[in-house]
Amino acid sequence: MGACAEPVSQLAKPLGIAALLLVAVLVLAPVLALLSRAEAGGVSAAVWPAIRFTLLQAGLSALISVALAIPLAKALARRAFFGRGLMVSLLGAPFLLPSIVAVLGLLAIWGRSGFFSDILAAFGLGPLDIYGLKGVLLAHVFFNLPLATRMLLQGWQAVPAEHFRLAAQLDLAPRARFALFDIPVLRGAAPSALLVIFMLSMSSFAVVLALGGGPKASTIELAIYQALRFEFDLASAAQLAMVQLVVGLAAAALAFHFGKAAGFGGGLGAPFQNWDKRRGPAILDAIVLVLAAAFVGLPMLAILAKGVVGLAALPPGLGAALVASLGIAAASTLLAVGLALALAQLIEASPRGRGIELFSLLLLATSPFVIGTGLFIIINPFASPFALALPITALVNAALALPIMLRILRPALSRVRQDYGQLAEGLGLSGWARFKLLTFPQIRPELGFATGLAAALSMGDLGVITLFAPPDVQTLPLLMYRLMGSYRMEAAAGVALVLVASSFGLFYLFDKGGRGAGA
Amino acid sequence: MLALNHMEIKQGGFRLSAHIRLCPNQTTAILGPSGGGKSTLLTALAGFVAHSGDISWQGKSLKELPPAARPISMLFQEYNLFPHLNIAQNVGLGLRADLKLSAVEHARVEGALARVGLAGKGADLPRALSGGQRQRAALARALLRQKPIWLLDEPFAALGPGLRREMLELVEEIRTEQAATLLLVTHAPEDAKHIAAEVVFVDGGQAHAPLPTPAFFAKPSKEVRAYLGI
Amino acid sequence: MNKFLLAAALCLPFGSVAAETLTVYTYDSFVSDWGPGPQIKAAFEAECGCTLEFVSAGDGAAVLSRLRLEGARTEADVVLGLDNALMAQARETGLFAPLATAPEGLALPVAWTDDTFVPFDWGYLAFVYDNTKLADVPDSFEALAASDLSIVIQDPRSSTPGLGLVLWVKAAYGDGVADMWQGLADNIVTVTKGWSEAYGMFLEGEADMVLSYTTSPAYHLIAEEDASKSAAQFSEGHYLQVEVAAKLASSEHQALADEFLAFITTDAFQNVIPETNWMYPATGAAVPEGFSQMISPAPVPAPLTISDTDRKAAVDEWVRVLSR
Repeated sequence: MGACAEPVSQLAKPLGIAALLLVAVLVLAPVLALLSRAEAGGVSAAVWPAIRFTLLQAGLSALISVALAIPLAKALARRAFFGRGLMVSLLGAPFLLPSIVAVLGLLAIWGRSGFFSDILAAFGLGPLDIYGLKGVLLAHVFFNLPLATRMLLQGWQAVPAEHFRLAAQLDLAPRARFALFDIPVLRGAAPSALLVIFMLSMSSFAVVLALGGGPKASTIELAIYQALRFEFDLASAAQLAMVQLVVGLAAAALAFHFGKAAGFGGGLGAPFQNWDKRRGPAILDAIVLVLAAAFVGLPMLAILAKGVVGLAALPPGLGAALVASLGIAAASTLLAVGLALALAQLIEASPRGRGIELFSLLLLATSPFVIGTGLFIIINPFASPFALALPITALVNAALALPIMLRILRPALSRVRQDYGQLAEGLGLSGWARFKLLTFPQIRPELGFATGLAAALSMGDLGVITLFAPPDVQTLPLLMYRLMGSYRMEAAAGVALVLVASSFGLFYLFDKGGRGAGA
Repeated sequence: MLALNHMEIKQGGFRLSAHIRLCPNQTTAILGPSGGGKSTLLTALAGFVAHSGDISWQGKSLKELPPAARPISMLFQEYNLFPHLNIAQNVGLGLRADLKLSAVEHARVEGALARVGLAGKGADLPRALSGGQRQRAALARALLRQKPIWLLDEPFAALGPGLRREMLELVEEIRTEQAATLLLVTHAPEDAKHIAAEVVFVDGGQAHAPLPTPAFFAKPSKEVRAYLGI
Repeated sequence: MNKFLLAAALCLPFGSVAAETLTVYTYDSFVSDWGPGPQIKAAFEAECGCTLEFVSAGDGAAVLSRLRLEGARTEADVVLGLDNALMAQARETGLFAPLATAPEGLALPVAWTDDTFVPFDWGYLAFVYDNTKLADVPDSFEALAASDLSIVIQDPRSSTPGLGLVLWVKAAYGDGVADMWQGLADNIVTVTKGWSEAYGMFLEGEADMVLSYTTSPAYHLIAEEDASKSAAQFSEGHYLQVEVAAKLASSEHQALADEFLAFITTDAFQNVIPETNWMYPATGAAVPEGFSQMISPAPVPAPLTISDTDRKAAVDEWVRVLSR
C-alpha cells in the first residue's frame, strides 16, 4: 500500500521554509561573507595533517561511542530496575557540560593525578597518561556515548511490545532474535548516531587541545580559530570552513545511504515486558550498566565535589547571569522546537526531503567561529551587532540545535505517519488537531528529549555568546570563563556547578515530561 | 451507484483491473484468493493507492478527492484505533476531527457505543479491550460518520463464528438504517451468503462484474470453484 | 544596554564633553566585577564627568580581530588590552591614531618609544610551580629540558602567553631553538587552548609546572593567603609582556579619548592594576607587599615587538618540531 505524502498544515509550511532559509543562511552566508572580505590567501600545506587528524579522531570517536552504546542501550531497553528512568535522563548530562568543565572532571578521574593514577601509585605503578589521541577519544566518548545510547534506545523502544511477546511465544533463539529485532533497529538508528557524533567531534576544539598533548593533535577547527583570531586570514578560514562542509556532506550522504528505518508497525502501546528470563544476559546487562554508570558518573561526581567547595565563593553576578542564561535558553528552545517540528514536517512531506535534511545537517559541520564571524560581517554594515546580540545568540543556538533535534524527531514522525497516517487521513484529521491528538502524544518522548537537549545546549553555550557578548549582560558560561581567566578557579567551579545543575534541571524537566509516567 | 471505470492498479509486478458497477444501498461482498488484491481494491477506492481510470459515485468523480473528502468510511483489518486515545475519543473522531464535542455530540458518542454493545467502555484504552471489542468501537465511529459508502476489510476475521454473525447482523442493521452502500472483503463465504446482495470475485488480476449472491454460489465458475474448494 | 544606547543617543546631537560616552574595547577579565574595570570606570567618570563604557570581546587577540572586522565603522574610541606581540599587526591595520602627547612617568624594564600605544601594565612570563611539592627547581630552559619535570603550556596559535613562550625561547636561543623545543618535548604534558585550562590543570596536579606569570604566586599569596606557589627564575631572562592601549583614528571623541589615555598613567588608574589585573603597573606606582616577594628577573634580550612574518615563522617552526 502506498501512503501519499502527508499534507503539511497551513502553519507548518511557512515556518518550515523559514527554518530552511535560516539553515541556508547560517551554513552558506558566513562562508560567503568571509570570502567577500578576504584578501588573497590560501590553505597552507601544513593544514593537511590537521585534516587527517580531525577525520581520524572524529571517525574513531563515532565508532567507539556507538559500539559501546549498543550493549548499553540494549541493557536499558530490556531491564527494568529502580532508578532506570533517572539513569536514562542522567545519560543526557555529559553532553551538556562545557568542555573545560568536562575536561577537568575527566582529569580528576583519569589524569596523572587523578583517581585511577592514585590507585596505581598505591601499587607502585606509574601515573596514567591519557594525553594524546586516547585522551581525545576518552573525552569524546564520555560526551557522546550517552547521546548515542539514547538514540539507539529510542529505536528499541519503538518496537511494539507485541513483537517481543511473539518472539517469546515462538521461543526464538538469540541469533534469530538478533536478526529479527536488533539488526533493523540498528540499521535505523546507528547511522544517525554515527553521523551526529562524527560531526560533533569534528568541530571539537578545547577538548582536543587540552587532552591532545601537543601540536600533533591539531584540528581543522583550531586552524579556523587561528586564521580568524590571530592571523585575520579570512580566505584561509573560508576555505577551511568549506573543507568542513564537504567532509560533513560526505559523512551525511554515507549515513543516509546505509540508514533504513526499522518500520515495525504500530502496536497498542502496551508497556514493554522482557520475557527472556535467562540469567546469563541478565548478569551481562548488569555488568554493562554498572560500568557505564561508573564511566559517566565518576567524572560527574568529581565535578560535583569541586563545585560544592566552590559554592562558598560564588560571585555576586551569579543571579543575574542565571537569569540571562535561562532567558536566552527559553527563547532559543522555543524557536528550536517550532523550527524543528516545522522543518521535520516539510522534510516528511517533500519528495526532496532527504536532501533538505542533509542540508540542515551541515549546520553541525560548520564551525561556530565561522558562523559568528560571518554573521558579524553581514550585520555590521546595517546595525550594531551589540544591539542584536541577544536575539542573534538565541537564533544561532536554536539553529545549532536543529540538526540534532531533526535526527531525533524524524524517525518518530516517520513512524507515526507510517502507522497511523492512513487512518488519520481517512478521518480527515489534519492541521492543529492532528498535531494535538495524534502526532504530539505519539512523539512525546522523543520531543521531550530533543527539547531538553536544545535547552541545555543553549544554557551551556560558550561559543556563540562570546562572539556577540553584549556589554552588560553575561551568561553563566561566560561568567565561569571570566572567573577562570582571573585565577578564581574555586569560584569558577561553583558557577560551573550551578550551570550544570540548572542545565540538567531544564533537560530533565523536558525529558522526563516527555516520557511521562512510563519510564 | 459506485462505478469503477477502467480502473487499473499497478504496484510493482502486481496488476489489478476493475471495470464494474456497484449498486447503492446494498451490501456487496468481495471474495477471492489471498494476494488477489481485494484489500488493494478497497484502499484504492478510499484514495490511498494511485490508479488509472476513474471512480465515480452518483455520477461524480472521486479520483481527485483526498481520502478525507470522499464519501467513504473505511475499517482496516487492524490499527483502526489510536492507541493513546480512549474509546470515546476514538469514536468521537468520527464526529469532529478536533474532538471538541458539544454535549449533544458526547451523547451521540455514548449512543453509538451502546448501539454496538460497548456501553460504559468509553474511558478504556484500546489495549484494554478484546479484538472484537476494538472492531466494534471502529464500527461505532463509522456509524457516527454517516458516510454513504462503507469499506470493510475483513473486520471480523479474528472473531468466533457466533460473534461474527452477531457483528455482521449489526452492521447490516445499521447499514440499512443509514441506507449506506457496503463493500465487505471477507474470507468467509458464509458472510457473503448471510448479508450480501451481490458478490464481486477478485482473481487473476481482475475484479469481475458483480453477481447476485445466489447466482454466484449456485453456478460457480472454475476459478470460483477452486477458491471455494469444491 | 539601554543605558548605552541612551547615552550614545544623547551624546550625538550635543557633543559636549559633559554628556559624552567613551567606548573602550578590552578583554574579558578586565571588565569582570573583580577586575580593574569597575574601579577604573568609577575613577575616570568622576574626573571627566562623562560615561565610560567597557565592551569585552574575548582576549586580546579577539579584540583586535573584532576591530579588524568592524574597520572604520567601529564604535570603539579606545582599545585597551593588546600586548606587545600584537602591536605590529595592530599598527598595520591603520586603525589607530598617534598619541597627542607622549605618556609620562613610565617605569618599564625597557625604554618605551612608541608613538601610538600607551602601556598600562606589564609582567614577565614564568613557569609557576608548587613549592611544597617541588624541591629541585630548574634555573634555565636547559635545566628544565634536562629534567623530567612535567609542564603544561598553551598553544601559540590560540593563546597570547602561549605565543609569548614561543617568542621567549626563540629570543633566548635563536637558531638553536629547534633543539631546545626538541629537548622540552618530553616534558610537555599537553598544550591547551588558553591560560585558564592550563592553570586549572596545574592546580589539579596534572603537571609540575605551568606557563604563567611571575605575578601568579602574588594572587595566591594576597587573595588566598596561600604561599605555596612560586615562579622559577631562568638565567636566559624572561619574556616581557607589556599591555597597551591606543586611540582609534575613527573615534568621534578624540579629545575624550586623549584624556583617557593620559588618565592611564595617573595613580588613579595604576593603583587599581596590581590587585585586580595581577600585573605590574606601567608607572612607578606602589605595589602591594606581596608583589615584592615575587622574583625579579631580567628581560630576555630581544626586541619588544615582532613583525607578522617573524611571528608566523616562529609559530610554524614550533608546530613542526613538536609534531615530529
